[in-house]
Formats: sequence, C-alpha cells, structure tokens
Amino acid sequence: MKAQGIVHKYKDNVDTDVIIPARYLNTSDHKELASHCMEDIDKEFVSRVKPGDIMVAGMNFGCGSSREHAPIAIKASGISCVIAGTFARIFYRNAINIGLAILECEEAAKDIDAGDEVSVDFDTGVITDITKGHTYQAEPFPDFIKEIISAGGLLKSLKK
Amino acid sequence: MGMTMSQKILAKHAGLDSVREGQLIRAKLDMVLGNDITSPVAINEFNKAGFDGVFDREKISLVMDHFTPNKDIKAATQCKQCRDFAGKYDIKNYYDVGDMGIEHALLPEKGLIAPGELCIGADSHTCTYGALGAFSTGVGSTDMAAGMATGEAWFKVPSAIRFVLTGKLNKYVTGKDVILHIIGMIGVDGALYRSMEFTGEGLASLSMDDRLCIANMAIEAGAKNGIFEVDDITEEYVKERVNRPYDKFAPDPDAVYAETYEIDLSSVKQTVSFPHLPENARVVEDITEEIKIDQAVIGSCTNGRISDMRAAAEILNGKHIAKGVRCIVIPATQKVYMQCIKEGLAEIFINAGCVFSTPTCGPCLGGHMGILAAGERAVSTTNRNFVGRMGHTDSEVYLASPIVAAASAIAGKITGIK
Repeated sequence: MKAQGIVHKYKDNVDTDVIIPARYLNTSDHKELASHCMEDIDKEFVSRVKPGDIMVAGMNFGCGSSREHAPIAIKASGISCVIAGTFARIFYRNAINIGLAILECEEAAKDIDAGDEVSVDFDTGVITDITKGHTYQAEPFPDFIKEIISAGGLLKSLKK
Repeated sequence: MGMTMSQKILAKHAGLDSVREGQLIRAKLDMVLGNDITSPVAINEFNKAGFDGVFDREKISLVMDHFTPNKDIKAATQCKQCRDFAGKYDIKNYYDVGDMGIEHALLPEKGLIAPGELCIGADSHTCTYGALGAFSTGVGSTDMAAGMATGEAWFKVPSAIRFVLTGKLNKYVTGKDVILHIIGMIGVDGALYRSMEFTGEGLASLSMDDRLCIANMAIEAGAKNGIFEVDDITEEYVKERVNRPYDKFAPDPDAVYAETYEIDLSSVKQTVSFPHLPENARVVEDITEEIKIDQAVIGSCTNGRISDMRAAAEILNGKHIAKGVRCIVIPATQKVYMQCIKEGLAEIFINAGCVFSTPTCGPCLGGHMGILAAGERAVSTTNRNFVGRMGHTDSEVYLASPIVAAASAIAGKITGIK
C-alpha cells in the first residue's frame, strides 16, 4: 500500500478540538464533518486539500478528546496519510480502527515542509520527500495492526 | 520481572499470568461506556458490521450528557438513536435526562466501577475511574462498538510513571491543583502511551473526589490511564455502592517504572493553567498581571462532585460575583444536584448571582450552556483550555479548582484564596 500527495503542515499538540470542533459533533455524517476539518487553525484547509494529500505534524498529534469524528473528518477530507512525530494514543487507535493510515517519524515530521510532494510506502515504512529528494524510515506497523488495516478496519477484522 | 498495578489488571483480564511492556493482548471488559456524541458513531459501525447482539446488557453504559437537555434538532436525533439502541438491546445502564449525570461522575456514584475492573469508554476522560483502582481508558467509537459486540478490546501493555505522594494538602489546595501542577511539570505528552500510578502515604489525605479529579486529567498528560492504589478511603467509598466481589492490585515490589516522581502534597499551591494548553500551569500567588474574566464555570467531570460544590459554596457564601461576570454552576449528577439543594448550596449560588443548572457537559467542550464570544475569557474547573474549546477561537480558558474559580468570579479577575 502506498500514498503520494502534497503536504499540509501543522505544529505540535494539534488537538481533536481543532481538527473537528465540538460544535459540529451533533452529526456523524462523514462529509459534513470533513467540511469543517481543521477550520479553527486553518480556515483554508478544506478548500485547499486534494484527494491523496498528506498531513504532516509535530509531536502529540490528535491529543485531547477521544472523538473518532477527528480521524473520520481527516480521512473524509481526502487525506491519504498523516505523518507526525508522535500521536496521542486514542487518536492512534482510532485512526487504525477506521483505516486512516498514520506513521510516526520525528525526523520526517521536522524536515518536511508545507507544499512538498511526499510519497509513503506503508509496507516498508519508507517516507520520501520527492521535492527535497530525502528519504526517511518510519517504524512499519506490527503484524497485528497490519491485519486490522488489511481487513478494512477493526470491526471487519473481527467479523472475519 | 515485577508488574505495575495497570499491568496486573491487564494480565488478569487477558487470562495471563504476566504481561510485559509493549505486549499486544486481547482482554475481557467489565464495562463499555459511551455518550450521546460518541455512541451514535459506534452504533452506526455496530450495525454496519452486522452485529445482532451485545455481549452483556449489564456491562454497557450509555449516558446522554454532552448536548443534553438536547441543544438542537441534530443533538436530539443523536440521543434518539442511542435511546432506540438501548431499547432494542435492553441496555440496563442507559441514563437519559432526568436520571443522568456527567458520565465520569455518574458511573462511580452508581457503583458501576469497582477496584481491579477493566473499563473502556468512548470518551477520553474515562481514565477517571483509575481513582478506584480500576484500569480504565478512553477509546474511540469503533473500539466501543467492538467492545459492545464482543466484550473484549486489544491493548498494548503500557509502561508506567510512578508518583509517590507524601505530606498533606494545605487548606484551599485540592486535587485539581495537584494534577495541574503535575501536568505543568511533565507536559501534555509527558505520560504519552504510559500509565500514571499514584501511591505513597500522601494518599491518606486525598479524598475520593480529589482522586477522581486527578485521575480524570491523566489524559491531559497523554497518559493511557491514571490509577490509585486501593486503600481504606477507596474501600469506604466502594462499600456503599458496590455489592459484587472485586480485586485489589498493588504494584509488585520489583515493578519497573519508566520514571518516578516524589511529590510533597504540602508543597503544592493553588494553580491555574493558562491558555491554550493544560501544561501552562502557574502558581496563583505568582501571577502579577491582572487577568479579568467574563465567565466562570464550576462543574464538569473534573470538578462537579459534591465536595467541589461545597468548596465553591464556602467561598461564595454571602458574597456576590463581580459585575459583568457570568458564573455557571453545574453539579455533575442528579444526586449531587439534589444534595446541593438539601444542603442549601443552591441558594448560596443563586444569591451570589450564579446560574445553577441541571447536569450537562455543555460549556466544557463549547457545546451549549455558556459559550464564549471572541475576546472573552473564562476561568473554568473543566479539563481543557485548547483553542476554541469553550467557544470562539479568539476566546480564552484558564483552568482552575472550584475554590479559585469561585474566588475569581467574586473578584472579576483570576485570584486565589489565602
């Protein structure tokens, strides 16, 4: 599995309240959630994002509320992968459980800039910044998590 | 190698003699929780996956607390979806308007969590129940759906940070000040993926409400769970509420901790966390600038319990809040609400010029019942002060104890009590 796209870059401690503000949690409609994704820290994200784009952020991405609406909004906005220095643990679980690809790589998260074109190989964990000509090695998922992702999410893996 | 308290509980529920840090396990759950925001997503996933039954109708709790009493048609629709699901599967612990409370105050109060139990909840503050010596952690809606269907969840066994508490809290210093102090010390990702385990002779001076408040905010340091060693105070609390057998787990003497901090409770002072992260903790007496406030919120899963109400009422008794300040007092459960009325606290709040509301999470997450406009500032006993958390992205939230919030409401600016 691979992804390739243009980077949207954010800082440390991006919390789920800014990924999808609580005022929009009166719905679970994926498209509606996506239409407000990131709006409290980046009003232009929704109009700028293209299918396949990649989100890159610093440490502790997705901290705060456990709302699964956050990874849902990111995924439904067209983002193919989130790369961060570290992820808050509930966001990490949620992303895996709903099938949003995520990779932890502190070096890549620091170096890659907004607007760079980046490709990601999930089997090997190799991240390539095509614009800069750099590659980075992220830890690939353990087999247990690969099974959930390849089944198409946690519930589908349980029903197998 | 010895195990931590958290590891022992996980091992038992995975049917294993021992577990080690980093190990992936499947474990049996004693309670699966959801609220009116997270349950609809879980119910959709549950139905989509084609499940046609729940693992145990008595081990699921659905609490309608976030946007209730329903703030708009969409919120009402989400609650209706939960109500229909609870009816269809005969969920025993379904709590709707009239008997609900804020979930993390309600479940311990109702005896739905006991020491040594394993609980997941689709709400990040599910870590609250570690105060009872349970392993309890927040998850997302898909985990909740899987938990309701199978009674199990996957976990990566965490390492732990140990907090050895000594000494005794000073007057007007509370569990809230302790946890804000700790988050200020280790940062919002200081305990990422780890357990925070609280032990030491200082526990004897921490009430159950103090412990629930401290464990509640473990997530604000990134922790997987916060947990207290069970002692007489826990047992006293549980005795009145739980009538099933339970296990007490103490850490092994040779348990390995990633870090250990010793905290002398007598050295903790009244603390406020500045915008926009809980780690921006400052001691109140060191604040030299004048920070005027427009609103004070006293309540939430962090500080909406009876001791919080009593502490706020003690400060507000016979006083009036400053002109231009709105003070919103929200007891966390119907029981606490009733106690406030019986003990005369409701009258104190209303005479002081406060709003006194039925239980709801409302303002804490900028849902309803106290949203901030651009440029407004609140002192709040809640748990998060992120950008836009309580309303407009140009508003500010300062986190504090009920004592500091009440004193600030009277002064019209952030202030402590000497």
